[in-house]
Amino acid sequence: MSERSSTFGPADESAADGSATQWEVYREWFDIAVLTPMRVAWSDWRTRLGSLIVLFYLVLAAVAWVSATDWGPTIVATPSSGQGPRLTGAFQDMAYPLGTNNLGESILSAIVHATPAMIQLIVAGAVFSTVLATLIGVVSGYKGGAVDRVLTTVTDIAMTLPGLPLIILLAAILEPRNPAVIGIILTINAWAGLARAIRSQVLSLRDDSYVEASRVMGAPVSRILKDDIVPNVMPFVLINFVNSARGVIFGSVALYFLGILPSSNPNWGIMLNSAYTSGAIYSLDVLHWLLIPMFAIILLSFGLVLFAQGTEKLFNPRIRARHAESIEDDTAPYQE
Amino acid sequence: MYALKRVGQAAVTLLSVITITFALIRALPGGPGDAIRAQVMQSGGSSNVDMTQLNALVESYTNVDPSTPLYVQYWDYVTSILQGDLGQSIWYGRPVSEIIVQALPWTVLLLTIAILLTFAIGIVLGAAMAYAEGTDFDVGSTVVSMLLNSVPYYIAAILLVYFLSIQFGVFPQSGNVSSGLEPSLSLSYVGDVLYHAVLPVASLVITGFGGTAITMRGNAIQEIGEDYIRVAHLRGVPGRRIAVRYVGRNAILPMYTQFMISVGFMFGGSVILEQIFAYPGLGYYLLEAISTRDYPLMMGGFLVIAVAVMICVLIADLTYSRIDPRISDDDAREAY
Repeated sequence: MSERSSTFGPADESAADGSATQWEVYREWFDIAVLTPMRVAWSDWRTRLGSLIVLFYLVLAAVAWVSATDWGPTIVATPSSGQGPRLTGAFQDMAYPLGTNNLGESILSAIVHATPAMIQLIVAGAVFSTVLATLIGVVSGYKGGAVDRVLTTVTDIAMTLPGLPLIILLAAILEPRNPAVIGIILTINAWAGLARAIRSQVLSLRDDSYVEASRVMGAPVSRILKDDIVPNVMPFVLINFVNSARGVIFGSVALYFLGILPSSNPNWGIMLNSAYTSGAIYSLDVLHWLLIPMFAIILLSFGLVLFAQGTEKLFNPRIRARHAESIEDDTAPYQE
Repeated sequence: MYALKRVGQAAVTLLSVITITFALIRALPGGPGDAIRAQVMQSGGSSNVDMTQLNALVESYTNVDPSTPLYVQYWDYVTSILQGDLGQSIWYGRPVSEIIVQALPWTVLLLTIAILLTFAIGIVLGAAMAYAEGTDFDVGSTVVSMLLNSVPYYIAAILLVYFLSIQFGVFPQSGNVSSGLEPSLSLSYVGDVLYHAVLPVASLVITGFGGTAITMRGNAIQEIGEDYIRVAHLRGVPGRRIAVRYVGRNAILPMYTQFMISVGFMFGGSVILEQIFAYPGLGYYLLEAISTRDYPLMMGGFLVIAVAVMICVLIADLTYSRIDPRISDDDAREAY
């Protein structure tokens, strides 16, 4: 990191080798920010399994998207009532492998076609909360003083607001339909806890010698934040991105299940709702109608939890300290 | 000083929550003012309704008189809420505060039991896992914890209702107490109340303790690796004493923030949980209010949940600064 913080300065701005250096900087950035974490992620069974599960859902989303377009082959038909016989059990008819509901909709179709909107929700919500949290956490932690006091107060207020009731109120009043908007409403105050956590991480970094060096050399604050601070909280941000993704799943399914969000978009929560209110809960024969959406929800969030836990284990040097034999690391505490 | 600052901050939070509800009432299109006006217009014949009468009616319901300037409306609203006047429920035709006073104890009962159990189980299990790090018990418990942590509590609730109350009839499916029992401190009444609370509490605890256990495990492993623990061992401090006094205490302290957040989370979660169990707590009325578009009750319920969370967080913060002397005023740091 210390070499990287020395890349700024007037010498770099000369035009000729400036672009080459820029390219190298980007490549280096790509290696550090993308390739290395991927390599590291693969080395732990949790992140490996977690990534595979998430990838599986991305594939499902792609299948649904291709099937819904005009030009693509219909791999999984879009759900429609009267698609098949009513209330077929799961694994009984190969045309409807996961069974059908009371309207004859194939449950497999419904599950698959709810995935793209779900992914949109998750990405919108997680990106919104993570970006906002990182911005506020990093700035307030690094700047200190009045800026910090104001941002911390705002964060604390947002953290104290009861998330779900606020979301329910907003959703009930605004009746959003766009998945991206729903995603943002779902994380309307989820950023606060994360911002607090990032701030305390930054507090421990702000007086490190390499940051001090950048400051003494007169680097602008934006550059110090971008080059010295943010890369060091990146793993932490990634973990929290995944956690807020899980929060979005829980929240969105809950709102759809309660019938607060308009049911025009397909969602696993709507499937749960229709199964629950149509009495699937009283009968053993149609239990698949209730269990399969549940399974879809739990598997995706399990994948995300696995990923977050594995990442935390890999990146948190404090947890890693006791297992330092396998990792060459001078910063590890004294080992016998 | 710290306490003073915290209380001041809580006051700011309270004011902002009130402002949010005011903004929601006042500014949103199709908000309560319009809704009440529309209802009155419908019932009273549209043409001959006196505008001032209408405004008075809107004011008695929502504490906002639409004919006065904005700042007067705001002032009236804030003062009447601080005096405990939350308006009049449209649906129930009773003061909102009366409904809330009835509902609040039930929610507090559920959540207190659930939070205490979640943290007790999580902390004990997490500590046991940390001490048995790497064994089959540790690996198994970690996987189970992660799996349970990826189940949304409302899904656990539905499954518990399905199996334990509908299929096997062990626990009641809904309600807070058997009908016909007179409220008293007798054993049968208290027992019945607890009996009805088992399933809602269980769904929060089962899905919640995993996260606590994993955090506790991480913290404890980190503490066990610290030098002062090694020194304590060398000094001949009994292992039990080290586990409880040294490791336990220091591993639990950082979880205080998590505790604060989970109080808010669970209060929010009560909305869905009480709906599933038809448990007449705050969340139940909040959701009823949303489905009947009963804005005064909606805002009142939200406000009370927010205040409840705020008080819990305030208590946690104030006691935390007593338990952990390392908490100090952050203002000592230099601003960059």
